[in-house]
Amino acid sequence: MIRLHNVSKTYALKGRRGSARTVQALKNIDFHVPAGQVHGVIGLSGAGKSTLIRCINLLERPTTGSVSVDGQELTGLSRQALNQARHRIGMIFQHFNLLTNRTVFANVALPLELMGMQRAEIRERVTPLLELVGLADKTRQYPAQLSGGQKQRVAIARALASRPKVLLCDEATSALDPQTTGSILALLRDINHKLGLTILLITHEMEVVKSICHRVSLISDGELVEEADVGDFFTAPRTQLGREFLNDFLQLEPPRALFERLKATPGERTHPVVRLAFSGDAVSTPLISRLARECGVDVSILQAKVESIQERTLGLMIAELMGPPAKTREAIDYLEAHDLHVEVLGHVQRDD
Amino acid sequence: MSSAMIDLILRATLDTLYMVAISGVLAALVGIPLGVLLYVTRPGQVLAQPAVNGVLGIVTNIGRSIPFIILMVAIIPFTRMLVGTSIGTNAAAVPLTIAAIPFIARLVEGALNEINPGLVEAAQSMGATPWQIITRVLLPEARGGIFTALTITVVTLVSYSAMAGAVGGGGLGDLGIRYGYNRFNPTVMLITVAILVVMVQGFQSLGDYLVRKSDHK
Repeated sequence: MIRLHNVSKTYALKGRRGSARTVQALKNIDFHVPAGQVHGVIGLSGAGKSTLIRCINLLERPTTGSVSVDGQELTGLSRQALNQARHRIGMIFQHFNLLTNRTVFANVALPLELMGMQRAEIRERVTPLLELVGLADKTRQYPAQLSGGQKQRVAIARALASRPKVLLCDEATSALDPQTTGSILALLRDINHKLGLTILLITHEMEVVKSICHRVSLISDGELVEEADVGDFFTAPRTQLGREFLNDFLQLEPPRALFERLKATPGERTHPVVRLAFSGDAVSTPLISRLARECGVDVSILQAKVESIQERTLGLMIAELMGPPAKTREAIDYLEAHDLHVEVLGHVQRDD
Repeated sequence: MSSAMIDLILRATLDTLYMVAISGVLAALVGIPLGVLLYVTRPGQVLAQPAVNGVLGIVTNIGRSIPFIILMVAIIPFTRMLVGTSIGTNAAAVPLTIAAIPFIARLVEGALNEINPGLVEAAQSMGATPWQIITRVLLPEARGGIFTALTITVVTLVSYSAMAGAVGGGGLGDLGIRYGYNRFNPTVMLITVAILVVMVQGFQSLGDYLVRKSDHK
């Protein structure tokens, strides 16, 4: 549905005394979102997220490469044809961007007016949309009278008015409190289910990715460094940045005191400290007590947590495996054989 | 006070209102589009035309830098060509209009500059043409600011019109100078000033009301 091919974006920054510097905001992005998917792009601020999403409806024109939406290559279109194509791409923004001097109704009607639709037809379209987003009673209010969450609902209704195939969400929940974020995400999920809309969202919040995305891409310094199904990403991110995002989100770091004692290489009398991630059946299997019985190692659990990522349950644990090196190695093999993702964080000196 | 004097004051009040109304309306008709043009041709805006913007900016600044009293005299040939005479209220309305156009344009440009650029971006994402962005987003969103701009302009025109006496334009300022100052008639002076004060208050209140009514920020 959305396809980016070799997209790069370079900005020319005019320095002092005419010295021109260029900044490459996007580097050779190749990217595809199939129809009906919710795809998240996560990254730190300045990584190029905003530029990426603006390249899809050509609010920013890529320096090189091509962008196609719904089989139509946008980068080759005339201005007029591009405006037509944009009717099929809805967009919502971090700061809502509602017109302050239009009522809720008139805001949702705006894209339809731009398409030249008749009044009666506009009314027929806008009313059910306001019901869909739960604002049927606020039709005549102005944006200034609404809360942040309500404003974003109006913006969503507005984005859906032209019956787009694709919805772009630019940090749509970043200005909202956690509870409101939850309700907006639920609405987006609902829209994805009901209307089969393809959604691309950019965010810096793992919570957003976790609760509505099917797939996620990680962007860093203008490059897509990792792409995975959300369940896989939360179990075993492949990049350092991915792990940092995950650890930040789960707040699952080894305790500080232990962290300082961690050594990279095993020594004479050390124990491995491991990070275990397990999903699916493994969550309900009493693996740790079996480990103790069958491999003869003791397990000291330092931190543990169970998260549900969409339909999947995900268990995470940081534990110290206590026993002779041969036994602990055996224990790690045992865990891996049971489909656990094991990452050795380091080794600590035995206290005894 | 004689009834002749009262007639004079009444006449002068109407003359002032007439000059302000004519020049205010005409200047708005030209000044608002010029202000929009100054804004949308800026680099990065919907109709970015840096060269056009530069030229418009310079012309506007020239218009704003000429002292009104000089402008009024300097364009007498143009005024005569336009209205057939260089004296009277119609003749005074010409320089008033010309002085007010760049004034309104800059104020309108400023009002447009207050609009959150995200709104324009949102309209672009909906496939709005530049014309649609101007008529459906920029002008409606700047409505309050534009009313403020027009209020300031009208008040300024009231005081500029006092100089119209210099070209025989009539009006309250002229009356105040000729009767109040030159003939040492403090009563006339006081009355003309009082009427001007009331007039300005009235315009300001009307303007404030329109801003309140039209803006939902």
